[in-house]
Amino acid sequence: MSTITTEPNAHADDHHHDAHHHRPPAGLKRWLYTTNHKDIGTLYLLFALTMFFIGGAMAMVIRAELFQPGLQLVETNFFNQMTTVHGLIMVFGAVMPAFTGLANWLIPMMIGAPDMALPRMNNWSFWILPFAFSILLASLFMEGGGPNFGWTFYAPLSTKYSGDSTALFVFSVHIMGISSIMGAINVIVTIFNLRAPGMSWMKMPLFVWTWLITAFLLIAVMPVLAGTVTMVLTDKYFGTSFFDAAGGGDPVLFQHIFWFFGHPEVYIMILPAFGIVSSIVPTFARKPLFGYASMVYATSSIALLSFLVWAHHMFTTGMPVFAELFFMYCTMLIAVPTGVKVFNWVATMWRGAMTFEVPMMFAIAFIVLFTIGGLSGLMLAITPADFQYHDTYFVVAHFHYVLVTGAVFSIIAAAYYWLPKWTGHMYDETLGQWHFWCSLISVNLLFFPMHFVGLAGMPRRIPDYALQFADFNALISIGGFAFGLSQLLFVWVLVKCIRGGEKATNQVWEGAEGLEWELSSPPPYHSFTTPPHVK
Amino acid sequence: MAKTSRYRCTLLSLLFVEMASAAELPLNMTKGVTDISHRVYDLHMTIFYICCAIGLVVFGAMFWAILHHRKAKGVQPAQFHESTKVEILWTAIPVVILVIMAIPATKTLIAMEDTSDADVTVLVTGSQWKWHYKYLDYPVEYYSLLATPQKQIHNKLAKGSNYLLEVDRPLVIPTGKKVRFLMTSDDVIHSWWVPAFAVKKDANPGFINESWAKVNEPGMYRGQCAELCGKDHGFMPIVVIAKEPADFNQWIQEQADIQAKAKAAEQELLSMNMTMDEAMALGEKTYLGYCAACHQAGGQGLPGAFPGLKGSKIATTTTELATHIDLVLHGKTGTAMQAFGKQLTLQEIAAVVTYERNAWDNNTGDLVQAAAIHAAKTGNKE
Repeated sequence: MSTITTEPNAHADDHHHDAHHHRPPAGLKRWLYTTNHKDIGTLYLLFALTMFFIGGAMAMVIRAELFQPGLQLVETNFFNQMTTVHGLIMVFGAVMPAFTGLANWLIPMMIGAPDMALPRMNNWSFWILPFAFSILLASLFMEGGGPNFGWTFYAPLSTKYSGDSTALFVFSVHIMGISSIMGAINVIVTIFNLRAPGMSWMKMPLFVWTWLITAFLLIAVMPVLAGTVTMVLTDKYFGTSFFDAAGGGDPVLFQHIFWFFGHPEVYIMILPAFGIVSSIVPTFARKPLFGYASMVYATSSIALLSFLVWAHHMFTTGMPVFAELFFMYCTMLIAVPTGVKVFNWVATMWRGAMTFEVPMMFAIAFIVLFTIGGLSGLMLAITPADFQYHDTYFVVAHFHYVLVTGAVFSIIAAAYYWLPKWTGHMYDETLGQWHFWCSLISVNLLFFPMHFVGLAGMPRRIPDYALQFADFNALISIGGFAFGLSQLLFVWVLVKCIRGGEKATNQVWEGAEGLEWELSSPPPYHSFTTPPHVK
Repeated sequence: MAKTSRYRCTLLSLLFVEMASAAELPLNMTKGVTDISHRVYDLHMTIFYICCAIGLVVFGAMFWAILHHRKAKGVQPAQFHESTKVEILWTAIPVVILVIMAIPATKTLIAMEDTSDADVTVLVTGSQWKWHYKYLDYPVEYYSLLATPQKQIHNKLAKGSNYLLEVDRPLVIPTGKKVRFLMTSDDVIHSWWVPAFAVKKDANPGFINESWAKVNEPGMYRGQCAELCGKDHGFMPIVVIAKEPADFNQWIQEQADIQAKAKAAEQELLSMNMTMDEAMALGEKTYLGYCAACHQAGGQGLPGAFPGLKGSKIATTTTELATHIDLVLHGKTGTAMQAFGKQLTLQEIAAVVTYERNAWDNNTGDLVQAAAIHAAKTGNKE
């Protein structure tokens, strides 16, 4: 099916000619058996969108309970299950699969390849995901409920003091990890082996670069996560004491291991976003990306530094002052390459000839709001101040700014940017602008006041709160509901665009550059059957 | 004219009212009441202003470009795309800013972590979902529990002004003295946080963490557990009262006397017997305070998480009475069931066991006395 054809074909974009040999089987089998990077990319993206709405529904439960002080809708144990599963679903079910979907769709087209290098593994890495999340979601219906110890599952709350759903939680995280590792291997092998002649490392599009680095991060840390959950499993069920002081273990050891995975993980969720924004901004500024080489170096340094900052999540655990200083300095240092990236984007816009279609709007919002999240991250790095910020809504505000208005906004921007290429139709620009403005206003109403309640002393992960936080929480909840509803507009735009619309040209955007824009819209089933030559 | 100016006055005064009420909205970190907390606040404000300045410059440049370098204005895009000089410049400037910021942060951090030469030491132990305070220099120790009634939480009563931030027995410390806090936990990880002291430190089971505060002003300061610790994480507040040293000394002497007397009285109580009604009344009070969070007020528990007591084998079979007492006294290892032997008096344990064996149609008729608990306690020691 997916063997790379070696026969000399006609022009790569002449898809009607060569595609009939490779036409996919019809119906459900097409999707179950597919080894095609575009089909798998589509599956990943639709799966991520579904998970985004399921995780979002849980956020709505959280915000509904927090709309007023007092316990109204859910009991506290269920509330904890909602915060836990919301986090797990959004991280592992929405953001990561969405980026993998984009990688599947785009990397072969961007580097001039016919498909991903390991198509059968590609199929497997997607199709185990629905099982992982079915297990996780099904655990919510067990007696005693699903995981309720936070997505960070700190021991011993997740070991000695957790319910029986822990085994299912561990199993599903294992499957997610296997899926991510396979996806990462595929990306690396593809980029190393299938680049078109002439595409040297420093000619690769930045999205490819950032994903390559992300894939290495994934391979480095997903096994660490697998080890962590396995230790939780054996501590709970097989009598080991990795995290139990009574048996010679240490609960803080859990946090060190978890965050050694967890911090690179947050960069896994933002580096591809940097690649997306670095593709979109030059297109709509009609000007080449400023400082391409420095962008590559900055991304690499962020990735390397991400292995040296894990304990900034743990300043209150009682580390030696020397360790606190080390992790504070390393964390502050990350601001430098991150700053370089933001400055480069602004310099790319500078003296360009900008237009503001929906992808550009989301990219600009990304730059501003991600930077706000980065600046609050810099504040969090200052250890003495972190003692006050830690585990409050200030942290919740911080990581939602980098993950929602960062990662999620970049994914939405990417969807609008490449949708005409994928479907062959232009999306509805008016609806898209409505989606953008509704999202922008509501997301800030949702997350900005969280800075204030956090500074004023509201801890995170509580189902009920003191009265002085009531007004802001009502506001935050309204923002939350509005943001959730705004995303229905997105679905509308997507459905409308898939079903039809103005025919898209090959280049789609006036300023777009790169191999994917040389293919037809929609592109042939096997992107480049003859490698293009990159000058 | 006069009319418009009067309108303006009204508008202005309205604006002031708005601003005044806005000032009551919690917007910023507390300055707190210790020298350290003031330094932390200053660090917070400094880094905040630096961030604002960076944001202003970067977003300013960006929005200027958005306004002026747009295709709609007919501009031709420039084609420049790299400059090593500029890259070095905007790498170097942030480094300098960070170094400037790191210096005061380092000094403050080193001061915060210096727990030496304390005047008073308090051992703070977290457990699901309460705090225990033990003065290492005085024979005084006690549990501190949420004082907000369940009816307020469940919206059956109007909420008080210190809703969820009030406890039955606050921690009391002297002003002007260096008070060292040792943190540990009996079960999961908790985190002891009093914003006014800029103290937040995790209470880890099996390990002891240190922190300290020297409070300048007498007063009542409130905080909360900051680390997710299970179902009732949101319901284990902290209240600290700082008193002048003389008042503190008087208070701690009183407490020492009361606790010594209570211990002596406990021995006398061994020979006294409660009636069923007395036992049930005290038992219900104790049960609601210590047991109902998990086993629920109706004794039904939370299936899958916390076992029910209503109709359970242990609570309804007379031959299991010893097991029942043993569970309450020593807890059950590997579960959230705590050892209440040191948390409750002999009489309270006797009453709560009686209550659990007779409430909710358990109706065993068993009446347990303090002496029986005492026997179980000492018997197990041998």
